[in-house]
Amino acid sequence: MTDALPGFDLARIRADFPILAQKIRGKDLVFLDSAASAQKPRQVISAMVECMETQYANVHRGLHWMSERTTDAYEAARVAAARLLNARETSEIVFVRNSTEALNLVANSYGHGVLQPGQAVVVSAMEHHSNIVPWQMLRDAHGVELRVAPITDAGELDLEGLEALLADRKVGLVSVTHMSNVLGTCTPAARIARLAHEYGAKVMFDGSQAVVHRRVDVQAIDADFYCFTGHKLYGPTGIGVLWARRELLEAMPPWMGGGEMISSVTWERSRWAEVPHKFEAGTPAIVEGIGLRAAIEYVESIGYDAIAAHEAALVDHALARLSALEGVTVIGRAQDRGGVVSFTLDRAHAHDVATLLDRNGVAVRAGHHCAEPLMRRLGLDSTARASFGLYTTPGEIDVLADTLARVREFFA
Amino acid sequence: MFEDVRDLYNATILDRGRKPRHMRRLEAFDRTARGDNPMCGDRVQVWVKQDSDSTIAATGFEARGCEISKASADLMVEAVRGLRAEDVTALANDFETMARTGTCPDCAALAALMPLASVHEFPSRVKCATLPWRALLAALEGKGETTSE
Repeated sequence: MTDALPGFDLARIRADFPILAQKIRGKDLVFLDSAASAQKPRQVISAMVECMETQYANVHRGLHWMSERTTDAYEAARVAAARLLNARETSEIVFVRNSTEALNLVANSYGHGVLQPGQAVVVSAMEHHSNIVPWQMLRDAHGVELRVAPITDAGELDLEGLEALLADRKVGLVSVTHMSNVLGTCTPAARIARLAHEYGAKVMFDGSQAVVHRRVDVQAIDADFYCFTGHKLYGPTGIGVLWARRELLEAMPPWMGGGEMISSVTWERSRWAEVPHKFEAGTPAIVEGIGLRAAIEYVESIGYDAIAAHEAALVDHALARLSALEGVTVIGRAQDRGGVVSFTLDRAHAHDVATLLDRNGVAVRAGHHCAEPLMRRLGLDSTARASFGLYTTPGEIDVLADTLARVREFFA
Repeated sequence: MFEDVRDLYNATILDRGRKPRHMRRLEAFDRTARGDNPMCGDRVQVWVKQDSDSTIAATGFEARGCEISKASADLMVEAVRGLRAEDVTALANDFETMARTGTCPDCAALAALMPLASVHEFPSRVKCATLPWRALLAALEGKGETTSE
């Protein structure tokens, strides 16, 4: 297999990521852990450095040139995020630290403020802990029931099982992943949204993985809430996005109080700022927001069609190579999947596999991937996981497969 | 390709990791505790039978985890046999020092645990080796559970 794909200049893309030139113990870095956190192109790095070197002040409050310019640059990130998700309005974009914070914001604000005790929240059996624990906390504090939609043995959402959970119309919110961080499964978001709405529930998608691999259109999906994190999308840590329909954001009480989120404060009472600022207490992640804008523009410059084609080819190649290896079992066989492949090796625990792969410069994740209930559903303790980014090459997957064969020999 | 990991994955570790001698639940025990590594999902349960003078008569364990954690638990069982609780604490502290730094405060006492000395070269794996010891100390302290953190 060659590294060339039409319209996708992999060598040029790789040259944009300075870290890929690093050697690991004298060997080429084979970074197959992008689903945990992706590497950063120099466009993102430069945007952040340039901000701090030439154009930095606090935002939304200064009456001086620096503050006005920084506010413009920071707010341009909101425009970029709205464009990325095809939001109806830029004001529907709430900046948060990461997807975990977005989910906690919805659980605390929508959960406590709008959902009533006795109502239920549905998550799926393949969620990251970040889409489980906030709802457990809501359940325990607010008397909201937590229901779990089943998955099939192939690792796909069981839509009939989901519908059965919705049938009594007690469910106020369905919150599911748009792409599993363990199985790579992409969930049928539009169908899930239609089902949820049919039974009177709102729907939230954790797009942390999905937004990296495919074009997301919250209007086409007919979602109510959607979130993603910047650092998996080639942007910096500390910045993420919650999108929600404006009318939902307006009906929701603020979660955190402080500066930025008020319109006026007296000892008797405070008045909240308009959406989205009422959810953005305190000085925001200004430099990170500017970095996120650069990341979004970088991804847009390559285009999701090219990204999706590249990653589909990588996944096909990885599945073919790994499936052909004796003793290797690929976990999850979803039809619609993104650039994440989990596997086990018969002769060694995933941690031992990861330690040995690392000796050849291959970085994978191993463990429960913050999805312990999913591991139990699969009857596993842990898996190793290779995940791909725009810079991943088929040759790197070959290094993974060849090294894995050597790992198995080692544990003979 | 893997010559430099032979220090860690040496013959003793590979043997004990695959065929642990003491991986079993004790039918009669005085104390037990579970150790969890929340970062990776490793889990070990330790059972301890003590003599009337509170020295350790027998230890058994069940582990869900890698070769390193199972081998460490298996070697631990032999290392603590006949020790008093305070001696176990001292040995556990010395072992943790060795696992983290590669140096042993009392090398003679740690002789049987030396096959794990190289784990300090693999910082992400140190907790695999120390988790069984954390669980054992928790059991002796009367706590039902602990973590690797």
